[in-house]
Amino acid sequence: MIELVGISKLYQLGGVEYPALTDVSLTIARNDFLALTGASGSGKSTMMNIIGCLDTPTLGRYTLDGEEVAGLDEEALASVRNRKIGFVFQNFYLMPRQTAVDNVAQPLIYRGIAPAQRRAHAERALQRVGLGDRMRHRPNEMSGGQRQRVAVARALVGQPELLLADEPTGNLDSRTAREIMDLFKQLHAEGQTVVVVTHDPGVAASCKRLVRLHDGRIAEDRNV
Amino acid sequence: MSEPAAKLDTLPPLVEDAGASRKLLYAIQECLRSALSAIRSHRLRSFLTMLGIIIGVASVICVIAMVQGMSSRITQLFEGLGSGTLTLQADTPFEDRLRGKINRLRLEDLDELRARVDGISYITPAVPVPAGQVTWGSQSAAGQIFGTTASLQEVQKMFPRTGRFLTKSDDDSRRRVVVLGDKIRKDLKMPERPEGEFVQLGREWFKVIGVMEPRGDILGQNLDQFMLLPYETALAFNTAQARPDIQITFVVNDPDTVDNVRQQVISVIRRAHGLKKDEPNDFQVQASDTIAKTFAQITSMVTLVVGGVVGISLLVGGIGIMNIMLVSVTERTREIGIAKALGAPRRFILLQFLIEAMVLAVIGGLIGMVMGFGLAYGVAALIPNFPPPTVPWWAVVGSALFSMLIGMVFGILPASKAANLAPIDALRYE
Repeated sequence: MIELVGISKLYQLGGVEYPALTDVSLTIARNDFLALTGASGSGKSTMMNIIGCLDTPTLGRYTLDGEEVAGLDEEALASVRNRKIGFVFQNFYLMPRQTAVDNVAQPLIYRGIAPAQRRAHAERALQRVGLGDRMRHRPNEMSGGQRQRVAVARALVGQPELLLADEPTGNLDSRTAREIMDLFKQLHAEGQTVVVVTHDPGVAASCKRLVRLHDGRIAEDRNV
Repeated sequence: MSEPAAKLDTLPPLVEDAGASRKLLYAIQECLRSALSAIRSHRLRSFLTMLGIIIGVASVICVIAMVQGMSSRITQLFEGLGSGTLTLQADTPFEDRLRGKINRLRLEDLDELRARVDGISYITPAVPVPAGQVTWGSQSAAGQIFGTTASLQEVQKMFPRTGRFLTKSDDDSRRRVVVLGDKIRKDLKMPERPEGEFVQLGREWFKVIGVMEPRGDILGQNLDQFMLLPYETALAFNTAQARPDIQITFVVNDPDTVDNVRQQVISVIRRAHGLKKDEPNDFQVQASDTIAKTFAQITSMVTLVVGGVVGISLLVGGIGIMNIMLVSVTERTREIGIAKALGAPRRFILLQFLIEAMVLAVIGGLIGMVMGFGLAYGVAALIPNFPPPTVPWWAVVGSALFSMLIGMVFGILPASKAANLAPIDALRYE
């Protein structure tokens, strides 16, 4: 369960305080499938960074899986990201020199898990996203859709509380985009909590719940 | 989704059963792997980065190898002379020499020592003979000629290779016999066993009775270019010079009494020379290992100076590594951002870049060692009569450790720059 209460984020730009988020409260239940949308400048990215523990709110409380994370320092946040959150990025952000299985195993390195166990889990995660036959391939030997599936496998390998995807279909053609959304739907069906940050109404329509931000506040929160 | 996919609940739980030290081991293992992969993907750049360290380590290994080779050769040469060997020779202060006054030891000094000093087991005089030219048939050769006695064998630990050495009876009857150094025998184109042949020294004929074991070269100087005559024969030969400049070498019974014997010798000779209390010695007593000791001092000085110079070049190499690591951190900002988003702790990123800098430096150090080794052998082969270089273990271990240290010291700044990047800024970096 994810609970954000009274979240505000202020940025300093040339001595002027600029609010990116103002008093946002949001509760995401376990196994929710939520689309976070909004125009650019709506505070969507800031919201995602805070949910993903990449950034801390100026004000407010954030409880993730029963743990208060708003006041944590950088080291503790890194540990929270590693254990509780699986990121999927628009540009895949894979390590170009490493094979699919090594890319997927990377988060487990930071948890101090033995190499053999890392590999076993990475292979299971790749099988789960349908890439059981591409484990030794490098990113440049794979299509965009396959790369994004490697990224999803990497997000899942640590068995996170939340799968957080930032414009996961932004760099994909419509057919591949649909495949990735189908994968998210399947993961949701298996019990995974998924949050997709997107400005694409089609992607948002694939989710169960839609939250739209506008000018740093929640403008809309409805089931799809 | 065309393929059937495994279910979430079928995945085994992730077990973190490793202890802290085990976790650190995994982290180091992973950092080494990523460092090698980063270095491999920029081969030329990595090599150029290492060049400073390579040159520094190569030169230190080369110089140390050559100096050590030389010093072990010299030590070997002086090993024959035990620590209980003392040499007494005349010593002329510089000002006296300018005035044309030359001090010499007298023949009576030898008798004085024989009669008055206790604790000497062997004593042998050596008197130089001025005629340096020797001929055999149409061949001629040049070398130093000394008159000496049978005990030179024990004192200098040098023995004949063939034939026999000088004996007391040679001395007593002033026989005209000569023992040759091996170089002289070769120069005269004499057979391997030339005993019984006659050679001409000045106007006199001498019978060859033996050839000494060859000792080889040191610093381009041949040690086998000498001839030995019986002491008394040499004195008779020396009539032109009323006071030949003899040198007396003797071995002390017990090496622990060297200083005591030395004091006795000094006081006996001072009395024999009639020196007053405030007059300086007109002779000196040298222990056999003095030269070896002096050389060892020179060796360590050279090593120290070269070490200092090379230290500076390694410093420059280290700065090169730091520079490239800073570039590398900037280039890989995105990668660092991804690692941080995936939950890499600050200390992991720090360790990763620190290990990369250290691996660069150590690989450079190893290449430098191999090159220095090769260089030393190459140079030694080019210089005639140069002893083979030896690389002591401490130079190898020291270079490796020092390279590692350089990598660590100069890796800290880039590594902490990488570790301190904020994850969102690093991710957004284009």
